[in-house]
Amino acid sequence: MDITVKLEIFEGPLDLLLHLIKKNEVSITDIPIATITEQYLATLELMQSLNLDVAGEFLVMAATLIHIKSRMLLPPGEEEDDDEEGSDPREELMRQLLEYQRFKEAAEELEKREILKRDVFVRSPEPPEEVETIGFDEVSLFDLLSALRRIFERLPKEDVHEVTLEKVSLREKMQCLLDELHRRGRLVFQSFFENVASRLELVVTFLAMLELVRIRALRMTQEEGAGPIMLELAAPLEEVQDRIGNEKIGEEHGA
Amino acid sequence: MERNELKSVLESLLFVADAPVPLVQLADVLGGIHRKEIEAALEELQSEYETGRRGLRLVEVAHGFQMRTPKEHAEWIKRLYQGRPARMSRATLETLAIVAYKQPITRSEIETIRGVDVDGVLSTLLERRLIRIVARKDVPGRPYLYGTTAEFLEMFNLKDLTHLPTLKEMEEMTVSSPDSESPPESSQQ
Repeated sequence: MDITVKLEIFEGPLDLLLHLIKKNEVSITDIPIATITEQYLATLELMQSLNLDVAGEFLVMAATLIHIKSRMLLPPGEEEDDDEEGSDPREELMRQLLEYQRFKEAAEELEKREILKRDVFVRSPEPPEEVETIGFDEVSLFDLLSALRRIFERLPKEDVHEVTLEKVSLREKMQCLLDELHRRGRLVFQSFFENVASRLELVVTFLAMLELVRIRALRMTQEEGAGPIMLELAAPLEEVQDRIGNEKIGEEHGA
Repeated sequence: MERNELKSVLESLLFVADAPVPLVQLADVLGGIHRKEIEAALEELQSEYETGRRGLRLVEVAHGFQMRTPKEHAEWIKRLYQGRPARMSRATLETLAIVAYKQPITRSEIETIRGVDVDGVLSTLLERRLIRIVARKDVPGRPYLYGTTAEFLEMFNLKDLTHLPTLKEMEEMTVSSPDSESPPESSQQ
């Protein structure tokens, strides 16, 4: 199985860092570099194991973090470049994060305004084709990955003896998820993994969710902060099924 | 022209217009009527819509005046259209915010702030006419400089760029380094 998922909600390395900083309840201006680096690398590894398209920028940032971490270990004054003597090796990163965060907040402010064709409308000869923008209370990929990591950890250790060649197709899984949501309405993210037996099934379930989000069949929301991640249909079931019929699903353009 | 008639004409003009109409253009159309008078009439219309709890509002946006529906009616209008929503992703919105506040700005300057490639996002924004190329920067390679459009102001209900919400200052940063004893001016030498 070779599926590469490229997500529209996919954000960059600075987003991942901000996410980790928030999750660890630490300050941008005093980043515990060892902890954050470790979690950053763990997330990258998870993303790669899920075949998420890990852009080069993520790897560059990984290298930067490791470099900073090593410089932090040097006693002050023994740094290579003396013009930076005594300066905090984290400073450049900190500046970058603060700058980025400012614009992230600015974007959130813009998002709260009365947006044309979402909140307010003008007389127009054609029906609007853009009705909503992604709300900032919706879930970021990193929130999802954190939730998934906890589920991975709970999964029973792989039974080495058991050879099950059950095939879990992505399309089937997507259908299952939709049926479940249609029957039961809003559901918690974790509930879809309760009966998952293998790592493979877990990965397929997760990818099915991402695909459904991509084709806008599924909406994920999270209460402010670290509340539970909720899933619901983003459109009526029949419409969504049409969409699945028309869309290319990951596995078909994979190799 | 008597006040009530003026209001009535303005209402018709704004109803048929397909974009916000600047005051100068209204004055032009209504040749001979003083701008002050038009402004007063617009203001009256504005409050009549408001207090009459009508299904329209007269809004000053993107350097002009426009009829819009009130926010409370959004759900009904969406039901009417049942349109398939095209969404604006966070990446798009963030990039747009950077262009809005830092314009004119080049692609690589945006990328420095966001830490990721913004090629795709920029073409989406250009396509949707929320940003435009305003000039070329006078540096090697002469890269394009991007800025926002009137459509951007219209979309986010802004009269003009000075009405953008104020950008949060980076105060956290200055507060956090009390032990850096050198004042910023000394860095000149």
